[in-house]
Amino acid sequence: MTDVELTTKKDWVSDQEVRWCPGCGDYGILTAIQMLLPEFGNRQEDTVFISGIGCAARFPYYMNTYGIHSIHGRSPAIASGLALARRDLDVWVVGGDGDMLSIGGNHLIHALRRNINLTILLFNNRIYGLTKGQYSPTSEEGKVTKSSPMGSIDHPFNPISLALGAEASFVARTHDMDRKHMMEMMRKAHEHKGSGLVEIYQNCNVFNNGAYSEITKRDARAEMIIELRHGEPVRFGPEGEHGVVIDHGVASIVEVADVGLDALVVHNESEPDPSVAFALSRLASDMSSPTPMGVFREVERPEYGHELDGQVARAQADKGKGDLNSVLHSLHTWQVD
Amino acid sequence: MTDTDERTSEIQEVERIIVRFAGDSGDGMQLTGDRFTAASAMFGNDLATLPEYPAEIRAPAGTLAGVSAFQVHIADHDILTPGDSPSVLVAMNPAALKGELPKLEEHGTVIINTDAFDERNLQKAGYDSNPLEDDSLAGYSVITAAMTDMTKEACKDLGVKQRDAERTKNFFALGMVSWLYSRPTEPTVDWIQNKFKGKDLVIAANEAAFRAGNVYAENADLWASRRIVRPAVLPAGTYTNINGNTALSWGLLAASELSGLPLFLGSYPITPASDILHELAKHRNFGVRTFQAEDEIAAVGAALGASYGGHIGLTTTSGPGLALKSETIGLAVSLEIPLVIVDVQRGGPSTGLPTKTEASDLLMAFYGRHGEAPLPVVCANTPADCFFAAIEATRIALEYRTPVILLSDGYLANGTEPWRLPDVADLPKIHVEFLEGPNHVNEDGEEEFLPYLRDDTLTRPWILPGTAGLAHRVGGIEKDVTGNISYDPANHEYMVRTRAAHIAKIADSIPEIVPKGDVDGDIVVVGWGSTYGPITAAVGRMRRKGTKVAHIHLRHLNPFPPNLGELLKSFDKVIVPEMNLGQLAHLIRADFLVDAKTIAKITGQPFTPAELVERIEEAVND
Repeated sequence: MTDVELTTKKDWVSDQEVRWCPGCGDYGILTAIQMLLPEFGNRQEDTVFISGIGCAARFPYYMNTYGIHSIHGRSPAIASGLALARRDLDVWVVGGDGDMLSIGGNHLIHALRRNINLTILLFNNRIYGLTKGQYSPTSEEGKVTKSSPMGSIDHPFNPISLALGAEASFVARTHDMDRKHMMEMMRKAHEHKGSGLVEIYQNCNVFNNGAYSEITKRDARAEMIIELRHGEPVRFGPEGEHGVVIDHGVASIVEVADVGLDALVVHNESEPDPSVAFALSRLASDMSSPTPMGVFREVERPEYGHELDGQVARAQADKGKGDLNSVLHSLHTWQVD
Repeated sequence: MTDTDERTSEIQEVERIIVRFAGDSGDGMQLTGDRFTAASAMFGNDLATLPEYPAEIRAPAGTLAGVSAFQVHIADHDILTPGDSPSVLVAMNPAALKGELPKLEEHGTVIINTDAFDERNLQKAGYDSNPLEDDSLAGYSVITAAMTDMTKEACKDLGVKQRDAERTKNFFALGMVSWLYSRPTEPTVDWIQNKFKGKDLVIAANEAAFRAGNVYAENADLWASRRIVRPAVLPAGTYTNINGNTALSWGLLAASELSGLPLFLGSYPITPASDILHELAKHRNFGVRTFQAEDEIAAVGAALGASYGGHIGLTTTSGPGLALKSETIGLAVSLEIPLVIVDVQRGGPSTGLPTKTEASDLLMAFYGRHGEAPLPVVCANTPADCFFAAIEATRIALEYRTPVILLSDGYLANGTEPWRLPDVADLPKIHVEFLEGPNHVNEDGEEEFLPYLRDDTLTRPWILPGTAGLAHRVGGIEKDVTGNISYDPANHEYMVRTRAAHIAKIADSIPEIVPKGDVDGDIVVVGWGSTYGPITAAVGRMRRKGTKVAHIHLRHLNPFPPNLGELLKSFDKVIVPEMNLGQLAHLIRADFLVDAKTIAKITGQPFTPAELVERIEEAVND
């Protein structure tokens, strides 16, 4: 690393004008990544951002790296192929809740279960922005939008629950109002070997303004954000007076004074069984109750690309490097003179 | 044995035999046919095969729907098709007899397992009376054997379970047919011993059944029915019997070697293409990475991602899968990076006829994407030709940085033919270049890098992530020469026209097509894909009868060979047999204003030479 000239934020900024709506939460996320990337010591050319379609998916154009702005929902699939073909690259996937949970939901869960080395940033604003304001797969029931004038009757996904159900090896949540926390979650996801999913609560100030403000505005955070810290009891509140207990697999919020500190669940992000993490993920059932933020789960699992390359190496060790002529002669052959 | 030797001179020599093995899906007919084929190949015959099986893994036993058949044509001369009508039908049960008898030639031979002709099976096959007892088989030469009973008898002292013994009755049938058609027994015995190595009981049972059938045929005094097909005179070389899916897989391995790039296959299992995935998965030692994706869309997506990273991105599928991949293929058209898409066509639309052949995806390959999204289309013409077609498709994709669709079909995929193996050293290299630095000098004399700057062939550079100084973004939105988004109206028109011109220019690398047969006649028969065998055979027969006919068979469908239009205009009658309703004819008429006439067949089966002769004559006289 000593030979590598360190980069700064501006080295990661492309020459393209950023075209998100003024005030969009995406700006903060872009800045967080551009500030974070110099830390890793990677070069721009070894970094690739792959996205699908949607507001968030314009992201690659703003990064001075390699990048593909692909088609709706398919970014995890395209990124999977690239990450498997080129394990030397640092591959990031960026997309919104419509892109990755609706049209591309299938690819997301399969990338997570395979544990391919990807850092996946899911910008969740609970609305379709680029198509101008229809409800999304994370919109709350009853949401009135252009396509649901009488209120949405769709039950929403909880992205963290979904990812844990797919047995993702790294799952975290952060929000666009706290750059430091965002950077910390992205850093951890990036360090993780395998698929790292970060759900980012992101404000769409045009079509779903203030969706998370009850949770993320500065003076609400102490009461509304349950900070998950590995090895510590799960508690929150200005004085840490609230806590979380898990009873029969169900998480609930209690007063520490009532139950005592020992009754609280101690967060263990490396617990192999995802059940407790899943129970914690259920606490964020709406946008007006205390919501866990932080790393829900980080476990070690074999990384797909490592296993695949291992099979190639093993086949070459067992059979020798491929020889076309011997393959052509591998079925029964006969000679005509 | 001396008795046998003395009587060998009684064996009647014939130029060809077409045997059709038919039985229940669980009767092992594909294996039986395959073994007969292998023994014939070793004996030196030329041959062609046609396996036909139901889509269900085990359709209801004893029913017509459950019949699985395997046709093999063996000859003492060069042949290209599984033949017109079978001369011999092996029927393991009433349903096989009922369903397959109409295909048998007049006065053909039927070999029947009488044990299966009980009331229940007769009823399931829809027979009101037993065809062995009425006159349904009058006019055929009928050979009967209680195959099930005799197989059980042959196995009774081996300690094999009754049911397992019964299951080897297909080898009894193979033993009989091998004797009747003078096939050597060693290849089959060797095969049994190799295949079931370590399972002594299985070896013993199969071998006992096979020998029992062989001896039974000899003892039943079937000498009058015995035939021999002498070895064919084929060009000198080493041969193997190959099906299209295997040849295609090997062609892709070859393309990887010839280009020096590793192969990445993203695929989702689908009949009849899955065997390519199976075959390539065996060859990890070539650096092949096979990725069984969650769906067809992910399969092509992953392949595209791998191509972007500098591998040969490949996806294999059949019609329904190609439909699902179309949006991603459109992205590849827009990104202008290599991608090889193999479509092993089957009957459509929708699920259609999964195990039957059809060649009806041509227009989808041409036009099945939104917007103006042209791409090269090539096809394979025989099972062994799949090898060369795969190399050619990859060459175009890599050298011209474009997605290419390679069309095979169910008949090529599973049909086999003897293949004289090529010398690996003679295969032409595929040239691949990656851009490593600036490719342009601007007005101020500064070096710059333009991702969509094109060369003389209108091909843009292939730039691998990881290349310093060339970081850039590409995407599905219209772009200009920098790769960045451009909504400029004039630029979009320029890009659409340039992408079309780029694909059209590939014709410069395609050799002029040379028709076979009578170029000075009035009639030309134009084909593509697996109709190569039947058309060649049909045109040959017509010419022997004195009709002047030429035959053009295409490998390159988009762009067409540069001289095709001019050539077609030099004939009065342009006849296009296709396993669809006239898709190539449609393209020819549109491109060249030539009055191409369609001969369509959409039965899920390939053309036979005899029907083609008849229908070409009809079309000519129309």
